[in-house]
Amino acid sequence: MSTIADRLIDDAGIQRGLNRLEQSRIRSIIKGVLASETGARLKTYAETCMRCGLCAKACHYYMSHDGDPSYSPVGKVRQTMWEILKADGDVSKQQLQQFAQIAYTECNLCRRCMHYCPLGIDTAYIISVVRRICHKLGVTPQYIQDTAHSHAATLNQMWVKDDEWIDSLMWQEDEAREEFPTLRIPLEKEGADFMYSVIAPEPKFRTQLIYQAAAIFNAAGLDWTMPATPGWDNSNMAMFSGDAEVMSRVERAHYETAQRLRVKRIVMGECGHAFRAVCDVANRWLGWKVPPVPVVHSVEFFWDLLESGKIRMASKHPGTVTIHDPCNIIRGRGLMDKLRDVVHHICEDVVEMTPNREHNYCCCAGGGVINCGPPFKKVRVIGNKIKAEQLKATGVHTLIAPCHNCHGGLEDIIKHFELDMHIYFLGDIIYKHMERPADAGGGE
Amino acid sequence: MEQLYALAVGPLAWAAAAIFVFGSLYRLVRMYNLAKEKDGQALAYMSWKFGLRSLAHWFTPFGSLGWKENPLETIATFVFHIGLILLPLVVLGHVVLVEQFHGFSWWSPPEMVTDIVAMVVVVCCAFFALRRLMKPEVRFVTSGQDWLVLIIACLPFLTGVLAYHHVGPNLVMTTLHILSGELMLVAIPFTRLSHMLFGLFSRAYTGSEFGGVRHANDW
Ligand code: SF4
Ligand code: SF4
Repeated sequence: MSTIADRLIDDAGIQRGLNRLEQSRIRSIIKGVLASETGARLKTYAETCMRCGLCAKACHYYMSHDGDPSYSPVGKVRQTMWEILKADGDVSKQQLQQFAQIAYTECNLCRRCMHYCPLGIDTAYIISVVRRICHKLGVTPQYIQDTAHSHAATLNQMWVKDDEWIDSLMWQEDEAREEFPTLRIPLEKEGADFMYSVIAPEPKFRTQLIYQAAAIFNAAGLDWTMPATPGWDNSNMAMFSGDAEVMSRVERAHYETAQRLRVKRIVMGECGHAFRAVCDVANRWLGWKVPPVPVVHSVEFFWDLLESGKIRMASKHPGTVTIHDPCNIIRGRGLMDKLRDVVHHICEDVVEMTPNREHNYCCCAGGGVINCGPPFKKVRVIGNKIKAEQLKATGVHTLIAPCHNCHGGLEDIIKHFELDMHIYFLGDIIYKHMERPADAGGGE
Repeated sequence: MEQLYALAVGPLAWAAAAIFVFGSLYRLVRMYNLAKEKDGQALAYMSWKFGLRSLAHWFTPFGSLGWKENPLETIATFVFHIGLILLPLVVLGHVVLVEQFHGFSWWSPPEMVTDIVAMVVVVCCAFFALRRLMKPEVRFVTSGQDWLVLIIACLPFLTGVLAYHHVGPNLVMTTLHILSGELMLVAIPFTRLSHMLFGLFSRAYTGSEFGGVRHANDW
């Protein structure tokens, strides 16, 4: 049987971390994390997992590798956390390299396996603890560590400088005013109805998404604002690298920005993991049972705009589409019905892929996996053959995925497996087919 | 052997029952305290409604995705657990024993039925053992303790069937049967068999998180 030892990949970050590490530190750090940050949950999972293997079929990595057991959820836990517990933290550097590779690049923390385990064991949680240990030991893949550093230094994921952020917004406003003469991207408007927050790749290289959002809010006549200060980025790679301290700084800045602007709520763009950060993970580290400012995902927000008639569709997207359910907003927030409502509002015809809704297969990019960069690209593309088969079976050429990570991952899969498909955000379609304000130009 | 039998039905039986009850309580209380100390954020999201809702789905055969995708395992798991828990409570031999010592008794199904159920439980154990040997995803994660708990769970039923059919010396087999039953009781709080205690909570917790925070089904 193959194990992680048979497929080790060189990564500069992991290697540098290992080189710097003294053996004596390993045990004390691991024991420290286990003693101070874990408790009944980990203990219960470790003790009661019956090693029954029922979770195997849940995982796209396992399914895509023709049933290789070393990719099953429990197989990955057995090669990481069970080894750590068995050795009481006294593990070698070679083992650490294996732990890091499994934890960062072979599990998307998508939680599909919780639909398979009778005992409700949360493999994603266990793998997150392994990541936390790797982070504390400094053994993290170079690329994701770079994004975590960026969060620490700039409070955004992509080293966007403070003035670049404002520039990007003003540039998009300027562009959009050619099409919608009265459009504004309001900055620092205190007391606005909502603050719109995006992830750093938007100002960096997907600026058209900011343009589109502004066009939609403008058409709906909404009272909104964006911050001109750090705290605008709702993404959080530190959450995935295991850096809980930076993760919570980023989240705190995000909420405090909304509070400073005295907005009623935060509306966030089409991203999945950002939602996990603000509603599920970082709020807990900060000790908030619910976020201090309500957070609305754009799927819910678009649903509201379409249902209430604030946005009307002039036409619908022609032809047939299929829907990808991003784990962080479906398994993570139950937006599957609203997502379908929105898609039916804006598209002519929908073919569902199977399995779907909360049973959907992951895109294999989320959980920080795509952020581990080029060295591990093959792992996540080959590791999601099952998704390619699932997409192909729909016979449809248009895919809707309301999540940035999913877009990245699915694009690579579509390319590699030569699926003739095109991916859209909801915003792409709404922007293109909505009724435009009277003063607007022709569009396109 | 008679002395051993007397020991097994007398003091050892009491001891095993006591270890099972107090051991389980001890483990549950300790685990709860640990959760209070270390997993406060998990406890905060525990919900009766969503926890029980999840348990109801998972206690229904084929009531969850995992069960549906593993049909043979589902049947074996349900039959095995129902047999394992109910059989010892109603089998005639046990009821008679209780009547003999304590003077009260209750309903018991025909012996032929309980005999068959006991055999089915043993067959389920054989199925689980075969899975451990044959299926790569199970073999990959199997360790000594998995075999140990399987044997501990199987022995009382195997020896019970053998004793009932008078295979081997009756007194020896009956004594072994009693001892193995006691071994299982003692093992529950302190081995992987403790999933009987903690499994309810881990599933209910997952149900609470999915229901209350993630607004999605966990089955
Ligand atoms: S990738 Fe998803 S299904 Fe696979 S082990 Fe991780 S959380 Fe479970
Ligand atoms: S995690 Fe659950 S399904 Fe997987 S082996 Fe353990 S008990 Fe079985």
